[in-house]
Amino acid sequence: MNVLLGGATLAQRELVRFYRQRSRIVGSLAMPVIVWALLGSGLQAAFPSGMGQESREFLKYFFPGNLILTLVFTSIFSTISIIEDRHEGFLQSVLVSPLSPTGIVLGKVGGGAFIALFQGLLFLALAPLAGFHLNLLDILAVVITITSISLTMTALGFLFAWRLDSVQGFHAVMNLVLFPMWLLSGAFFPPESASRFLKPLMYLNPLTYGMWALKGALGGKIEWVSFMSLLGMVLLFGIVFMGSSVWLVHSKREMTA
Amino acid sequence: MKQRWIELKQIRFSYGEKTALDGLSLEVNEGELFCIVGPNGGGKSTTFKILSTLIQPHAGSLSFWGEDGVRFPQRIRPHLGVVFQSPALDKKLTVEENLFYQGKLYGLTGKKLKEKTAQILARFELSDRKQDKVETLSGGLKRRVEITKSLLQNPKLLILDEPTTGLDPIARREVWDHLKMLRKEEGVTVVFTTHLMDEAESADRTALLDRGRVVVSGTPSELKSLVGGDVIALKTNHPIELKNGIHEKFQLEAKLVDQELRIQQTEGAKFIPALVEAFPHQIQSVTLGKPTLEDLFVLKTGHHFWKSETRPA
Repeated sequence: MNVLLGGATLAQRELVRFYRQRSRIVGSLAMPVIVWALLGSGLQAAFPSGMGQESREFLKYFFPGNLILTLVFTSIFSTISIIEDRHEGFLQSVLVSPLSPTGIVLGKVGGGAFIALFQGLLFLALAPLAGFHLNLLDILAVVITITSISLTMTALGFLFAWRLDSVQGFHAVMNLVLFPMWLLSGAFFPPESASRFLKPLMYLNPLTYGMWALKGALGGKIEWVSFMSLLGMVLLFGIVFMGSSVWLVHSKREMTA
Repeated sequence: MKQRWIELKQIRFSYGEKTALDGLSLEVNEGELFCIVGPNGGGKSTTFKILSTLIQPHAGSLSFWGEDGVRFPQRIRPHLGVVFQSPALDKKLTVEENLFYQGKLYGLTGKKLKEKTAQILARFELSDRKQDKVETLSGGLKRRVEITKSLLQNPKLLILDEPTTGLDPIARREVWDHLKMLRKEEGVTVVFTTHLMDEAESADRTALLDRGRVVVSGTPSELKSLVGGDVIALKTNHPIELKNGIHEKFQLEAKLVDQELRIQQTEGAKFIPALVEAFPHQIQSVTLGKPTLEDLFVLKTGHHFWKSETRPA
Protein backbone atom coordinates (compact mmCIF):
# COMPACT_ATOMS: atom_id res chain seq x y z
CA MET A 1 0.00 0.00 0.00
CA ASN A 2 2.65 2.44 1.11
CA VAL A 3 4.95 1.20 -1.66
CA LEU A 4 2.36 2.03 -4.30
CA LEU A 5 1.45 5.40 -2.82
CA GLY A 6 5.10 6.38 -2.43
CA GLY A 7 6.00 5.08 -5.87
CA ALA A 8 3.09 6.94 -7.45
CA THR A 9 4.16 10.11 -5.63
CA LEU A 10 7.68 9.92 -7.03
CA ALA A 11 6.36 9.14 -10.50
CA GLN A 12 3.93 12.04 -10.36
CA ARG A 13 6.72 14.39 -9.38
CA GLU A 14 8.74 13.16 -12.34
CA LEU A 15 5.89 14.05 -14.70
CA VAL A 16 5.28 17.47 -13.18
CA ARG A 17 8.97 18.32 -13.51
CA PHE A 18 9.00 17.11 -17.09
CA TYR A 19 5.95 19.19 -17.94
CA ARG A 20 7.58 22.30 -16.46
CA GLN A 21 10.72 21.92 -18.59
CA ARG A 22 9.34 22.37 -22.10
CA SER A 23 12.74 22.26 -23.76
CA ARG A 24 13.03 18.62 -22.74
CA ILE A 25 9.81 17.75 -24.54
CA VAL A 26 10.86 19.51 -27.72
CA GLY A 27 14.44 18.26 -27.62
CA SER A 28 13.79 14.60 -27.13
CA LEU A 29 11.08 14.53 -29.79
CA ALA A 30 12.85 16.66 -32.39
CA MET A 31 16.01 14.54 -32.47
CA PRO A 32 14.51 11.29 -33.80
CA VAL A 33 12.25 13.19 -36.20
CA ILE A 34 15.30 14.94 -37.65
CA VAL A 35 17.33 11.72 -37.81
CA TRP A 36 14.42 10.00 -39.48
CA ALA A 37 13.73 12.75 -42.03
CA LEU A 38 17.41 13.25 -42.89
CA LEU A 39 18.14 9.52 -43.20
CA GLY A 40 15.07 8.93 -45.30
CA SER A 41 15.54 11.81 -47.72
CA GLY A 42 19.34 11.51 -47.69
CA LEU A 43 19.22 7.89 -48.75
CA GLN A 44 16.77 8.79 -51.45
CA ALA A 45 19.38 11.19 -52.86
CA ALA A 46 22.06 8.50 -52.61
CA PHE A 47 20.00 6.03 -54.61
CA PRO A 48 18.24 8.29 -57.10
CA SER A 49 16.57 5.55 -59.09
CA GLY A 50 12.92 5.97 -58.28
CA MET A 51 10.29 8.63 -58.46
CA GLY A 52 10.07 9.26 -54.73
CA GLN A 53 8.62 5.86 -54.02
CA GLU A 54 11.95 4.64 -52.56
CA SER A 55 12.20 7.52 -50.16
CA ARG A 56 8.82 6.48 -48.88
CA GLU A 57 10.20 2.99 -48.45
CA PHE A 58 13.27 4.20 -46.58
CA LEU A 59 11.15 6.39 -44.36
CA LYS A 60 8.97 3.41 -43.66
CA TYR A 61 11.92 1.09 -43.04
CA PHE A 62 13.56 3.42 -40.52
CA PHE A 63 10.37 4.42 -38.76
CA PRO A 64 10.36 1.66 -36.09
CA GLY A 65 14.07 2.18 -35.48
CA ASN A 66 13.52 5.84 -34.88
CA LEU A 67 10.54 5.20 -32.68
CA ILE A 68 12.83 3.01 -30.59
CA LEU A 69 15.47 5.74 -30.62
CA THR A 70 12.92 8.14 -29.11
CA LEU A 71 12.00 5.64 -26.42
CA VAL A 72 15.56 4.72 -25.56
CA PHE A 73 16.78 8.27 -25.24
CA THR A 74 13.80 9.54 -23.31
CA SER A 75 13.72 6.60 -20.91
CA ILE A 76 17.40 6.48 -20.18
CA PHE A 77 17.89 10.21 -19.90
CA SER A 78 14.88 10.58 -17.64
CA THR A 79 16.93 8.71 -15.06
CA ILE A 80 19.39 11.62 -15.02
CA SER A 81 16.93 13.04 -12.51
CA ILE A 82 18.32 10.51 -10.02
CA ILE A 83 21.74 12.15 -10.27
CA GLU A 84 20.19 15.62 -10.06
CA ASP A 85 18.11 14.59 -7.07
CA ARG A 86 21.21 13.34 -5.34
CA HIS A 87 23.01 16.61 -5.99
CA GLU A 88 20.10 18.81 -5.05
CA GLY A 89 19.55 16.83 -1.88
CA PHE A 90 16.00 15.73 -2.68
CA LEU A 91 17.05 12.09 -2.86
CA GLN A 92 18.29 12.19 0.72
CA SER A 93 14.86 13.01 2.01
CA VAL A 94 13.42 10.09 0.05
CA LEU A 95 16.09 7.76 1.41
CA VAL A 96 15.30 8.59 5.03
CA SER A 97 11.54 8.30 4.45
CA PRO A 98 9.71 5.04 5.13
CA LEU A 99 9.49 4.32 1.39
CA SER A 100 11.12 0.94 0.60
CA PRO A 101 13.73 0.40 -2.13
CA THR A 102 11.03 -1.26 -4.24
CA GLY A 103 8.90 1.86 -3.94
CA ILE A 104 11.79 4.09 -4.95
CA VAL A 105 12.59 1.99 -8.02
CA LEU A 106 8.93 1.66 -9.03
CA GLY A 107 8.41 5.40 -8.70
CA LYS A 108 11.48 6.48 -10.61
CA VAL A 109 11.19 3.82 -13.32
CA GLY A 110 7.43 4.27 -13.61
CA GLY A 111 7.71 8.03 -13.98
CA GLY A 112 10.53 7.84 -16.52
CA ALA A 113 8.77 5.15 -18.54
CA PHE A 114 5.59 7.22 -18.61
CA ILE A 115 7.48 10.17 -20.07
CA ALA A 116 9.07 7.90 -22.69
CA LEU A 117 5.66 6.46 -23.53
CA PHE A 118 4.29 9.96 -24.01
CA GLN A 119 7.15 10.87 -26.37
CA GLY A 120 6.73 7.57 -28.19
CA LEU A 121 3.05 8.29 -28.76
CA LEU A 122 3.87 11.73 -30.19
CA PHE A 123 6.28 10.11 -32.62
CA LEU A 124 3.76 7.40 -33.39
CA ALA A 125 1.38 10.10 -34.58
CA LEU A 126 3.73 10.50 -37.56
CA ALA A 127 3.13 6.88 -38.60
CA PRO A 128 0.66 7.76 -41.40
CA LEU A 129 3.35 9.99 -42.95
CA ALA A 130 5.62 6.95 -43.16
CA GLY A 131 2.90 5.01 -44.89
CA PHE A 132 1.57 2.98 -41.97
CA HIS A 133 -2.17 2.51 -41.74
CA LEU A 134 -3.01 1.13 -38.34
CA ASN A 135 -6.29 -0.09 -36.96
CA LEU A 136 -7.18 0.10 -33.28
CA LEU A 137 -5.85 -3.36 -32.48
CA ASP A 138 -2.50 -2.54 -34.13
CA ILE A 139 -2.27 0.68 -32.17
CA LEU A 140 -2.98 -1.18 -28.95
CA ALA A 141 -0.22 -3.66 -29.76
CA VAL A 142 2.20 -0.82 -30.53
CA VAL A 143 1.35 0.96 -27.29
CA ILE A 144 1.92 -2.21 -25.27
CA THR A 145 5.23 -2.71 -27.02
CA ILE A 146 6.54 0.78 -26.44
CA THR A 147 5.41 0.64 -22.80
CA SER A 148 7.44 -2.53 -22.27
CA ILE A 149 10.50 -1.10 -24.00
CA SER A 150 10.24 2.11 -21.98
CA LEU A 151 10.02 0.26 -18.67
CA THR A 152 12.98 -1.96 -19.49
CA MET A 153 15.20 0.85 -20.69
CA THR A 154 14.35 3.16 -17.79
CA ALA A 155 15.25 0.37 -15.40
CA LEU A 156 18.58 -0.02 -17.20
CA GLY A 157 19.18 3.73 -16.87
CA PHE A 158 18.37 3.53 -13.16
CA LEU A 159 21.09 0.92 -12.66
CA PHE A 160 23.71 3.25 -14.11
CA ALA A 161 22.40 6.49 -12.64
CA TRP A 162 22.34 5.18 -9.08
CA ARG A 163 26.08 4.71 -8.93
CA LEU A 164 27.22 7.67 -11.04
CA ASP A 165 27.69 11.01 -9.40
CA SER A 166 27.93 13.32 -12.40
CA VAL A 167 25.62 14.04 -15.29
CA GLN A 168 28.63 14.27 -17.62
CA GLY A 169 29.78 10.82 -16.58
CA PHE A 170 26.30 9.49 -17.18
CA HIS A 171 26.25 10.93 -20.70
CA ALA A 172 29.62 9.39 -21.48
CA VAL A 173 28.68 5.96 -20.17
CA MET A 174 25.23 5.97 -21.71
CA ASN A 175 26.49 6.96 -25.14
CA LEU A 176 28.88 4.03 -25.00
CA VAL A 177 26.06 1.70 -24.10
CA LEU A 178 23.08 3.26 -25.84
CA PHE A 179 24.35 3.72 -29.37
CA PRO A 180 25.67 0.17 -29.74
CA MET A 181 22.42 -1.13 -28.28
CA TRP A 182 20.42 0.88 -30.75
CA LEU A 183 22.63 0.03 -33.73
CA LEU A 184 22.41 -3.67 -32.83
CA SER A 185 18.66 -3.66 -32.30
CA GLY A 186 17.80 -4.56 -35.85
CA ALA A 187 16.96 -0.97 -36.71
CA PHE A 188 19.50 -1.07 -39.55
CA PHE A 189 20.03 -4.73 -40.30
CA PRO A 190 18.21 -7.81 -39.11
CA PRO A 191 19.98 -10.16 -36.69
CA GLU A 192 19.38 -13.12 -39.02
CA SER A 193 21.83 -11.71 -41.54
CA ALA A 194 24.34 -10.32 -39.05
CA SER A 195 27.90 -11.61 -38.80
CA ARG A 196 28.73 -14.45 -36.44
CA PHE A 197 30.45 -11.96 -34.16
CA LEU A 198 27.47 -9.61 -33.88
CA LYS A 199 24.72 -12.21 -33.72
CA PRO A 200 25.10 -13.18 -30.04
CA LEU A 201 25.29 -9.51 -29.07
CA MET A 202 22.06 -8.85 -30.89
CA TYR A 203 20.30 -11.73 -29.19
CA LEU A 204 21.47 -10.43 -25.80
CA ASN A 205 19.97 -7.05 -26.57
CA PRO A 206 16.48 -6.38 -25.20
CA LEU A 207 15.94 -3.86 -27.99
CA THR A 208 16.21 -6.61 -30.63
CA TYR A 209 13.10 -8.27 -29.23
CA GLY A 210 11.43 -4.91 -28.86
CA MET A 211 12.20 -4.15 -32.49
CA TRP A 212 10.73 -7.45 -33.70
CA ALA A 213 7.62 -6.90 -31.63
CA LEU A 214 7.29 -3.34 -32.89
CA LYS A 215 7.77 -4.31 -36.53
CA GLY A 216 5.18 -7.03 -36.07
CA ALA A 217 2.70 -4.64 -34.51
CA LEU A 218 3.26 -1.93 -37.13
CA GLY A 219 3.06 -4.38 -40.01
CA GLY A 220 -0.52 -5.34 -39.29
CA LYS A 221 -1.64 -8.99 -39.17
CA ILE A 222 -0.06 -9.65 -35.77
CA GLU A 223 0.85 -13.20 -34.88
CA TRP A 224 -0.15 -12.99 -31.26
CA VAL A 225 1.79 -15.97 -29.96
CA SER A 226 5.14 -14.80 -31.23
CA PHE A 227 4.26 -11.18 -30.44
CA MET A 228 3.53 -12.03 -26.82
CA SER A 229 6.67 -14.09 -26.44
CA LEU A 230 8.76 -11.21 -27.83
CA LEU A 231 7.14 -8.86 -25.32
CA GLY A 232 7.86 -11.45 -22.65
CA MET A 233 11.54 -11.32 -23.56
CA VAL A 234 11.60 -7.52 -23.33
CA LEU A 235 9.88 -7.59 -19.95
CA LEU A 236 12.13 -10.37 -18.71
CA PHE A 237 15.10 -8.04 -19.24
CA GLY A 238 13.08 -5.30 -17.54
CA ILE A 239 12.39 -7.46 -14.49
CA VAL A 240 16.06 -8.37 -14.19
CA PHE A 241 17.06 -4.69 -14.43
CA MET A 242 14.44 -3.63 -11.89
CA GLY A 243 15.34 -6.42 -9.50
CA SER A 244 18.99 -5.40 -9.70
CA SER A 245 17.99 -1.78 -9.10
CA VAL A 246 16.05 -2.70 -5.95
CA TRP A 247 19.02 -4.67 -4.70
CA LEU A 248 21.31 -1.76 -5.49
CA VAL A 249 19.16 0.76 -3.60
CA HIS A 250 18.88 -1.66 -0.71
CA SER A 251 22.59 -2.29 -0.36
CA LYS A 252 24.05 1.05 -1.51
CA ARG A 253 21.81 3.84 -0.31
CA GLU A 254 24.62 6.35 -0.15
CA MET A 255 27.38 7.06 -2.63
CA THR A 256 29.94 6.76 0.11
CA ALA A 257 28.48 3.74 1.86
CA MET B 1 9.97 10.70 34.20
CA LYS B 2 11.97 11.37 31.11
CA GLN B 3 12.69 8.43 28.90
CA ARG B 4 15.96 7.59 27.23
CA TRP B 5 15.14 8.48 23.63
CA ILE B 6 18.30 7.81 21.64
CA GLU B 7 21.30 5.78 22.63
CA LEU B 8 24.48 5.44 20.57
CA LYS B 9 27.12 3.08 21.90
CA GLN B 10 30.66 2.72 20.64
CA ILE B 11 29.76 3.71 17.08
CA ARG B 12 32.47 3.32 14.49
CA PHE B 13 32.39 4.44 10.90
CA SER B 14 35.12 4.98 8.33
CA TYR B 15 35.28 6.19 4.76
CA GLY B 16 37.83 3.77 3.37
CA GLU B 17 41.01 4.34 5.37
CA LYS B 18 39.76 7.50 7.00
CA THR B 19 38.11 6.99 10.37
CA ALA B 20 35.18 9.34 10.87
CA LEU B 21 33.70 7.95 14.08
CA ASP B 22 35.95 6.23 16.55
CA GLY B 23 33.80 4.70 19.26
CA LEU B 24 31.27 7.48 19.64
CA SER B 25 28.71 7.13 22.43
CA LEU B 26 25.93 9.51 23.37
CA GLU B 27 22.49 9.57 24.90
CA VAL B 28 19.54 11.86 24.35
CA ASN B 29 16.48 12.02 26.61
CA GLU B 30 12.89 12.50 25.54
CA GLY B 31 11.90 16.11 24.98
CA GLU B 32 15.44 17.46 25.00
CA LEU B 33 16.92 20.08 22.72
CA PHE B 34 20.24 18.36 22.20
CA CYS B 35 23.27 19.84 20.50
CA ILE B 36 26.18 18.10 18.84
CA VAL B 37 28.97 20.63 18.48
CA GLY B 38 32.47 20.28 17.15
CA PRO B 39 34.95 21.49 14.56
CA ASN B 40 34.49 20.63 10.91
CA GLY B 41 35.75 17.13 10.25
CA GLY B 42 35.10 16.13 13.85
CA GLY B 43 32.41 13.61 12.92
CA LYS B 44 29.22 15.70 13.21
CA SER B 45 27.97 15.01 9.72
CA THR B 46 28.67 11.31 9.95
CA THR B 47 26.88 11.15 13.29
CA PHE B 48 23.97 12.96 11.68
CA LYS B 49 23.85 10.53 8.75
CA ILE B 50 23.80 7.61 11.16
CA LEU B 51 21.00 9.19 13.21
CA SER B 52 19.03 9.80 10.02
CA THR B 53 19.44 6.08 9.06
CA LEU B 54 21.08 7.13 5.81
CA ILE B 55 24.18 5.12 6.61
CA GLN B 56 24.74 2.18 8.91
CA PRO B 57 27.52 2.19 11.49
CA HIS B 58 30.35 -0.29 10.87
CA ALA B 59 30.34 -1.20 14.53
CA GLY B 60 28.46 -0.29 17.68
CA SER B 61 24.79 -0.11 18.56
CA LEU B 62 22.12 2.47 17.98
CA SER B 63 18.67 2.52 19.49
CA PHE B 64 15.69 4.84 19.18
CA TRP B 65 13.10 4.67 21.97
CA GLY B 66 14.32 1.12 22.63
CA GLU B 67 14.11 -0.05 18.99
CA ASP B 68 17.25 -1.31 17.32
CA GLY B 69 18.16 1.27 14.68
CA VAL B 70 20.86 -0.84 13.07
CA ARG B 71 18.73 -3.91 12.47
CA PHE B 72 15.38 -2.23 11.82
CA PRO B 73 15.92 1.21 10.30
CA GLN B 74 12.59 0.83 8.50
CA ARG B 75 10.79 0.85 11.87
CA ILE B 76 12.52 4.10 12.82
CA ARG B 77 12.08 6.03 9.57
CA PRO B 78 8.35 6.78 9.86
CA HIS B 79 9.01 8.59 13.13
CA LEU B 80 11.98 10.70 12.07
CA GLY B 81 11.90 14.28 10.86
CA VAL B 82 15.14 15.05 9.06
CA VAL B 83 16.48 18.44 7.96
CA PHE B 84 19.63 18.12 5.91
CA GLN B 85 22.29 20.77 5.57
CA SER B 86 21.93 20.76 1.79
CA PRO B 87 18.35 21.66 0.94
CA ALA B 88 16.17 18.63 0.22
CA LEU B 89 13.40 20.56 -1.50
CA ASP B 90 12.39 20.25 -5.14
CA LYS B 91 13.03 23.74 -6.48
CA LYS B 92 10.78 23.30 -9.49
CA LEU B 93 7.78 22.60 -7.27
CA THR B 94 5.79 24.99 -5.13
CA VAL B 95 6.00 25.06 -1.36
CA GLU B 96 2.67 23.30 -1.04
CA GLU B 97 3.57 20.63 -3.62
CA ASN B 98 6.77 19.87 -1.77
CA LEU B 99 4.78 19.33 1.38
CA PHE B 100 2.19 17.18 -0.37
CA TYR B 101 4.82 14.89 -1.84
CA GLN B 102 6.60 14.61 1.47
CA GLY B 103 3.35 13.78 3.26
CA LYS B 104 2.55 11.04 0.78
CA LEU B 105 5.97 9.46 1.24
CA TYR B 106 4.96 9.12 4.89
CA GLY B 107 1.58 7.63 4.04
CA LEU B 108 -0.63 10.70 4.49
CA THR B 109 -3.37 11.05 1.89
CA GLY B 110 -6.49 12.97 0.90
CA LYS B 111 -8.22 15.15 3.42
CA LYS B 112 -5.84 14.36 6.23
CA LEU B 113 -2.87 15.42 4.13
CA LYS B 114 -4.56 18.67 3.05
CA GLU B 115 -5.56 19.57 6.59
CA LYS B 116 -2.19 18.81 8.07
CA THR B 117 -0.40 20.78 5.35
CA ALA B 118 -2.65 23.82 5.73
CA GLN B 119 -2.31 23.71 9.51
CA ILE B 120 1.46 23.48 9.49
CA LEU B 121 1.85 26.17 6.81
CA ALA B 122 -0.27 28.53 8.90
CA ARG B 123 1.69 27.75 12.00
CA PHE B 124 4.99 28.62 10.35
CA GLU B 125 3.50 31.68 8.65
CA LEU B 126 3.97 30.29 5.17
CA SER B 127 0.33 30.23 4.03
CA ASP B 128 0.71 33.21 1.72
CA ARG B 129 3.80 31.70 0.09
CA LYS B 130 2.39 28.24 -0.54
CA GLN B 131 1.94 28.78 -4.29
CA ASP B 132 5.49 30.06 -4.77
CA LYS B 133 8.05 27.89 -6.44
CA VAL B 134 10.80 27.00 -4.01
CA GLU B 135 13.52 28.42 -6.30
CA THR B 136 12.07 31.91 -5.79
CA LEU B 137 12.37 31.81 -1.98
CA SER B 138 15.14 33.35 0.14
CA GLY B 139 17.56 31.14 2.03
CA GLY B 140 15.79 31.72 5.32
CA LEU B 141 12.37 30.90 3.92
CA LYS B 142 13.70 27.75 2.26
CA ARG B 143 15.06 26.58 5.57
CA ARG B 144 11.71 27.31 7.17
CA VAL B 145 9.91 25.25 4.50
CA GLU B 146 12.44 22.51 5.08
CA ILE B 147 11.69 22.39 8.79
CA THR B 148 7.95 22.56 8.12
CA LYS B 149 8.24 19.67 5.70
CA SER B 150 10.02 17.48 8.21
CA LEU B 151 7.22 17.95 10.75
CA LEU B 152 4.31 16.78 8.58
CA GLN B 153 4.44 13.23 9.86
CA ASN B 154 4.48 14.28 13.55
CA PRO B 155 7.95 12.90 14.18
CA LYS B 156 9.04 11.52 17.53
CA LEU B 157 12.45 12.96 16.81
CA LEU B 158 13.54 15.92 14.73
CA ILE B 159 17.18 16.01 13.64
CA LEU B 160 18.83 18.95 11.90
CA ASP B 161 22.28 19.21 10.35
CA GLU B 162 23.74 22.70 10.86
CA PRO B 163 20.29 24.31 10.54
CA THR B 164 21.57 27.89 10.65
CA THR B 165 24.55 27.59 8.32
CA GLY B 166 24.40 30.11 5.50
CA LEU B 167 21.59 32.16 7.07
CA ASP B 168 21.68 35.81 8.01
CA PRO B 169 21.29 36.72 11.70
CA ILE B 170 17.55 37.40 11.43
CA ALA B 171 16.81 34.12 9.68
CA ARG B 172 19.04 32.40 12.20
CA ARG B 173 17.04 33.87 15.07
CA GLU B 174 13.83 32.68 13.40
CA VAL B 175 15.09 29.11 13.15
CA TRP B 176 15.89 29.20 16.84
CA ASP B 177 12.51 30.62 17.77
CA HIS B 178 10.83 27.86 15.80
CA LEU B 179 12.89 25.10 17.33
CA LYS B 180 12.24 26.39 20.84
CA MET B 181 8.55 26.73 20.11
CA LEU B 182 8.42 23.13 18.91
CA ARG B 183 10.11 21.79 21.95
CA LYS B 184 7.97 23.84 24.30
CA GLU B 185 4.58 23.36 22.70
CA GLU B 186 4.85 19.90 21.19
CA GLY B 187 7.55 18.32 23.31
CA VAL B 188 9.35 17.13 20.20
CA THR B 189 12.84 15.83 20.89
CA VAL B 190 15.26 17.85 18.79
CA VAL B 191 18.88 17.00 17.96
CA PHE B 192 20.96 19.43 15.94
CA THR B 193 24.57 19.80 14.92
CA THR B 194 26.51 23.05 14.76
CA HIS B 195 30.04 24.35 14.68
CA LEU B 196 28.99 27.51 16.54
CA MET B 197 29.62 27.43 20.27
CA ASP B 198 27.06 30.10 21.06
CA GLU B 199 24.32 27.94 19.55
CA ALA B 200 25.40 25.08 21.74
CA GLU B 201 24.78 27.25 24.78
CA SER B 202 21.06 27.48 24.09
CA ALA B 203 20.58 23.70 24.06
CA ASP B 204 19.38 21.69 27.04
CA ARG B 205 22.36 19.42 26.74
CA THR B 206 25.40 19.44 24.52
CA ALA B 207 27.95 16.89 23.38
CA LEU B 208 31.35 18.15 22.29
CA LEU B 209 32.70 16.10 19.41
CA ASP B 210 36.26 15.84 18.29
CA ARG B 211 38.00 13.25 16.14
CA GLY B 212 34.99 10.99 16.03
CA ARG B 213 34.41 10.81 19.76
CA VAL B 214 32.37 12.64 22.36
CA VAL B 215 34.93 14.59 24.34
CA VAL B 216 32.47 15.64 27.02
CA SER B 217 28.71 16.13 27.37
CA GLY B 218 26.28 17.78 29.75
CA THR B 219 24.12 20.86 30.25
CA PRO B 220 25.80 24.14 29.29
CA SER B 221 26.23 25.13 32.95
CA GLU B 222 27.62 21.72 33.89
CA LEU B 223 30.08 21.97 31.06
CA LYS B 224 31.15 25.47 32.01
CA SER B 225 31.66 24.50 35.61
CA LEU B 226 34.15 21.91 34.37
CA VAL B 227 36.44 24.73 33.31
CA GLY B 228 36.38 26.19 36.78
CA GLY B 229 37.03 29.77 37.87
CA ASP B 230 37.76 32.50 35.37
CA VAL B 231 39.52 32.64 32.07
CA ILE B 232 42.28 35.17 31.48
CA ALA B 233 43.08 35.90 27.87
CA LEU B 234 46.38 37.57 27.02
CA LYS B 235 47.28 39.34 23.80
CA THR B 236 50.97 39.27 23.04
CA ASN B 237 53.52 39.48 20.25
CA HIS B 238 55.63 36.71 21.74
CA PRO B 239 53.17 33.97 22.68
CA ILE B 240 55.62 31.08 22.95
CA GLU B 241 58.09 32.96 25.18
CA LEU B 242 55.30 34.25 27.36
CA LYS B 243 53.79 30.81 27.63
CA ASN B 244 57.10 29.33 28.74
CA GLY B 245 57.69 32.25 31.10
CA ILE B 246 54.30 31.74 32.77
CA HIS B 247 55.02 28.05 33.12
CA GLU B 248 58.35 28.71 34.82
CA LYS B 249 57.15 31.42 37.14
CA PHE B 250 53.65 30.26 38.11
CA GLN B 251 53.64 26.57 37.15
CA LEU B 252 50.55 27.26 35.05
CA GLU B 253 49.71 25.73 31.73
CA ALA B 254 48.56 28.49 29.34
CA LYS B 255 46.83 27.42 26.12
CA LEU B 256 47.74 29.09 22.87
CA VAL B 257 44.66 29.68 20.72
CA ASP B 258 44.78 31.91 17.65
CA GLN B 259 47.74 34.00 18.85
CA GLU B 260 46.08 34.41 22.24
CA LEU B 261 47.12 32.81 25.51
CA ARG B 262 44.31 31.55 27.71
CA ILE B 263 44.81 30.76 31.35
CA GLN B 264 42.31 29.16 33.66
CA GLN B 265 42.43 30.51 37.20
CA THR B 266 40.07 30.24 40.18
CA GLU B 267 40.29 33.87 41.19
CA GLY B 268 41.31 35.57 38.00
CA ALA B 269 41.03 39.14 39.19
CA LYS B 270 43.52 38.61 42.00
CA PHE B 271 45.98 36.86 39.75
CA ILE B 272 46.13 39.51 37.01
CA PRO B 273 48.31 42.11 38.87
CA ALA B 274 50.97 39.51 39.59
CA LEU B 275 50.87 38.37 36.02
CA VAL B 276 51.21 41.84 34.55
CA GLU B 277 53.99 42.73 36.98
CA ALA B 278 55.93 39.63 36.05
CA PHE B 279 55.79 40.28 32.29
CA PRO B 280 55.38 44.06 31.90
CA HIS B 281 56.67 44.27 28.33
CA GLN B 282 55.30 41.13 26.78
CA ILE B 283 51.60 41.53 27.52
CA GLN B 284 49.67 43.86 25.26
CA SER B 285 46.22 43.42 26.73
CA VAL B 286 44.46 41.33 29.36
CA THR B 287 40.85 40.18 29.27
CA LEU B 288 39.09 38.55 32.18
CA GLY B 289 36.00 36.50 31.48
CA LYS B 290 33.76 33.73 32.68
CA PRO B 291 34.41 30.44 30.92
CA THR B 292 32.48 29.69 27.75
CA LEU B 293 31.95 26.36 26.03
CA GLU B 294 34.77 27.42 23.77
CA ASP B 295 37.10 27.42 26.75
CA LEU B 296 35.95 23.96 27.65
CA PHE B 297 36.56 22.83 24.13
CA VAL B 298 40.04 24.29 24.16
CA LEU B 299 40.68 22.73 27.53
CA LYS B 300 39.49 19.31 26.44
CA THR B 301 40.72 19.06 22.89
CA GLY B 302 43.93 20.97 23.63
CA HIS B 303 44.67 18.21 26.03
CA HIS B 304 43.68 15.70 23.47
CA PHE B 305 45.85 17.16 20.73
CA TRP B 306 48.68 17.52 23.15
CA LYS B 307 48.73 13.88 24.03
CA SER B 308 48.86 12.73 20.43
CA GLU B 309 51.58 15.29 19.73
CA THR B 310 50.11 16.60 16.51
CA ARG B 311 49.97 20.18 17.64
CA PRO B 312 53.11 22.10 18.67
CA ALA B 313 52.70 23.15 22.28
